[in-house]
Amino acid sequence: MTEEIGTTADGDLIINVGPQHPATHGVLHLVITLNGETIKKVEPHLGYIHRSIEKMCESLTYRQFSYVTSRMDYLSSHINNHACALIVEKGLQVEVPARAKYVRVILDELTRIASHELWWGAMAMDLGAFTPFFHAFRERESINDIMEETCGARLTMNYIVPGGLMQDIHPNFQKRVKDFISLYKSKIDEYDELVTGNIIFQNRMKGVGFISAEDAISFGMSGPAARGSGVNCDIRKLYPYGIYNQVQFDQVLETAGDSFARYMVRIREMKQSVSIIEQLIDNIPEGEFLAKTKVVLKLPKGEFYTRVETARGELGVYIVSEGATTPYRIKFRSPGFSNLSALDTMARGSKLGDLVAMMGTLDLVIPDIDR
Amino acid sequence: MWSFSNISSSIHHWLNESFSPTWAMIIEMVIAGVCIIGLFATLGLVLVLMERRVAAWMQIRLGPNRVGPKGLLQSAADTLKLLVKEGLTPNGADKFLFNFAPFIAMMVAMLLMAPIAFAKDFQLWDLNIGVLYISAVSSIMVISILMAGWASNNKYSLMGAMRSGAQIVSYELSAGFSILTIVVFTGSLNFNEIILSQTNGWWIFKGHLPAIISFVIFIIAVTAETNRAPFDLAEAESELTAGFHTEYSGMKFALFFLAEYINVFIVCAIGATLFLGGWMPFQIGNWQAFNHAMDYIPSSIWFFGKTFFLIFLIMWFRWTFPRLRIDQLLNLEWKYLLPISMLNLLLATALAILGWHF
Amino acid sequence: MDKEELKIKISKLLPTAVYEDGGDWLNIIVDSNKWLSYAAILKNDGSLLFDYLFCLTCIDWKTHLTMVYHLSSTKYRYNIVVKSNLDINTPKIETVSQIWQTANFHEREVYEMFGVNFLNHKDLRLLILPDGWEGKNPLRKDFEDLINMIKL
Repeated sequence: MTEEIGTTADGDLIINVGPQHPATHGVLHLVITLNGETIKKVEPHLGYIHRSIEKMCESLTYRQFSYVTSRMDYLSSHINNHACALIVEKGLQVEVPARAKYVRVILDELTRIASHELWWGAMAMDLGAFTPFFHAFRERESINDIMEETCGARLTMNYIVPGGLMQDIHPNFQKRVKDFISLYKSKIDEYDELVTGNIIFQNRMKGVGFISAEDAISFGMSGPAARGSGVNCDIRKLYPYGIYNQVQFDQVLETAGDSFARYMVRIREMKQSVSIIEQLIDNIPEGEFLAKTKVVLKLPKGEFYTRVETARGELGVYIVSEGATTPYRIKFRSPGFSNLSALDTMARGSKLGDLVAMMGTLDLVIPDIDR
Repeated sequence: MWSFSNISSSIHHWLNESFSPTWAMIIEMVIAGVCIIGLFATLGLVLVLMERRVAAWMQIRLGPNRVGPKGLLQSAADTLKLLVKEGLTPNGADKFLFNFAPFIAMMVAMLLMAPIAFAKDFQLWDLNIGVLYISAVSSIMVISILMAGWASNNKYSLMGAMRSGAQIVSYELSAGFSILTIVVFTGSLNFNEIILSQTNGWWIFKGHLPAIISFVIFIIAVTAETNRAPFDLAEAESELTAGFHTEYSGMKFALFFLAEYINVFIVCAIGATLFLGGWMPFQIGNWQAFNHAMDYIPSSIWFFGKTFFLIFLIMWFRWTFPRLRIDQLLNLEWKYLLPISMLNLLLATALAILGWHF
Repeated sequence: MDKEELKIKISKLLPTAVYEDGGDWLNIIVDSNKWLSYAAILKNDGSLLFDYLFCLTCIDWKTHLTMVYHLSSTKYRYNIVVKSNLDINTPKIETVSQIWQTANFHEREVYEMFGVNFLNHKDLRLLILPDGWEGKNPLRKDFEDLINMIKL
């Protein structure tokens, strides 16, 4: 590559998308080789928001480290916290009160809806339609209000702690969630009217960014991005945690493997989340919300792994413990990192305009990729 | 009755009585120039504010509402900000072309104003080939965009300019064909004659199917020609950051911005003139009382009302549709719009020869 | 299928593998020289089909490094953990990025964070660290960042 004029030896144009670019939604840096408008290669350069959370966690106690994980995939911070709480509970063999389990799952699903809302708005904005963004934020705002009231924070909640919940739910919680659900059910069809049925939108999405099921598995893709290729990978179904084995819901699968399939998976997943919340919200059992645990937590010597389904896919937490108050080594297997690795394969041969559709439907959250 | 044509003719008479014809001519030109520049500034402010309010209305939010009463002075404040901002020229840029490009955009927009009839007998230049003039001059616009994109020495700008070049050149064909449909009906290239031919009904009503088809194609094509969403590939924020004007700042950016809005106004004015009767009031066959009531509304209000209705239509597209991809954009033109408009022109010619329109 | 059955099955295919207790899943320790051929067997054998490498990481034990591969079979839903001990001074192991494409990025991450050299990796460059990074590998235990790190 000749740096000065930014072209390859074949005369292909090299452009930098990011680290500051409207479509990357964060500091993702993609070096793209273009032949005219056609993409020949996409090469991610990461690390612009790498905070070395894994290293940081090595000096944080088991009560502290989940606070940092809220800053990984900040759109599913509840679910990240849930994963951290689960792994500590697994190590200490703490039985979590039923009330906490119910509330955790309700909050997880609310988080998932909120995350998909943001994705929907931002993706439509990438494709040039600005209005959906505001419509999505209207509903997301009411979720944030519920979170604010119950958890005290709107984005990085840290409400789930090892053993249960930090405090009991707000007295208004059930009513507000029910209000939101009844409102939301009428709004979700509006999304289809505004975006899904639009002919320009469908042309932009269908057949774009195809990835086969084999490739998706090989690239370690997970979550809605992989389920769009028909990969059966919903951790909530395969390895149920919390009380996901007690609720009725369908794993959403689409088989086309293109951007539109990934889009439809998320749209349908929002409806599934609504149904999960409906099943649970009236049945939150009374009782304790936090199990008794020691003040200083020490995981026994050994290795622990938990997997949860965040809004973006499979989050794995791997802890190697030496029996101390802090983990010896911790690894977060983030969904975005693996999903991003498939972008090059998807994008080759497509147009530059398709790249935003692909990045949009992979639902990349950069702090989740960098950690 | 008070009207623009009375004012202009009384000024004309007074000048000719007080000065020699040459001086009168020169003074008239100066007045016209000042008026056009004034109109430019007002249109820019009004259209930007209108766009923001329309966008806000579609997006369930309020829009500008702080500066001045109900936010009316917002765009004036923005203009002031842009005026005092530093106009950067990148190091690697071709300085002359880089600084010259926004002025070409502006000049083209100004030239296009000449043959437009703003009200009854109120026209800068009653040109007998007005339609041809508009088609010819508007194609210069692409040069300023290509110039800006190339001179910026930025790959995003270059790609934006190349997209824009392909797009404008293609869509001019459809726009031209749809304009020709009306020219065929009227038999004249003169804007005034086109408007007068619509005394007994606008072309969109009395031109049957061909006029409606060509109106739809015209709206699509001019949206593309003015680089507005869903055809804003030259700017394509999420793909090319800002496309051809990525490197522009301050007043140079503002000139592009202004030129875009002026162009939207002009194409809508042409659309209103050709299809919706220009300053002609809306009249229905033999309803004498209704027609008289309509005649009382000043012609300038008719003209601006129709134009702003079309502008609103174009803004509506912008805030609801996603953007097309470049290959889809060219497919739409070359595979659908162009063949349809050619057939449509044939149909219109047949109708005109057989005299089947009203 | 529980751990024991899986262990018997895998023992037939991977003769020199050693097993370790602990954790939820079967832990297999393989020799780093044999890993590439074993990986191919684990991926391709019709009764195992470990096609999903869901976590790839490394642990610095101060005396040696341990590569940890979490594998899953999307057909049979088996999960195993494969480990391989590496020398701390010249850590090297064969890449598996041609078997599981996700390993490409994960190995690049381990390469820069732990300094493990992945043999035959096509694109072993820095992924997260800034270009021209010199100095120690950040996730090693002996890494000290005097400027940015906060001791708790």
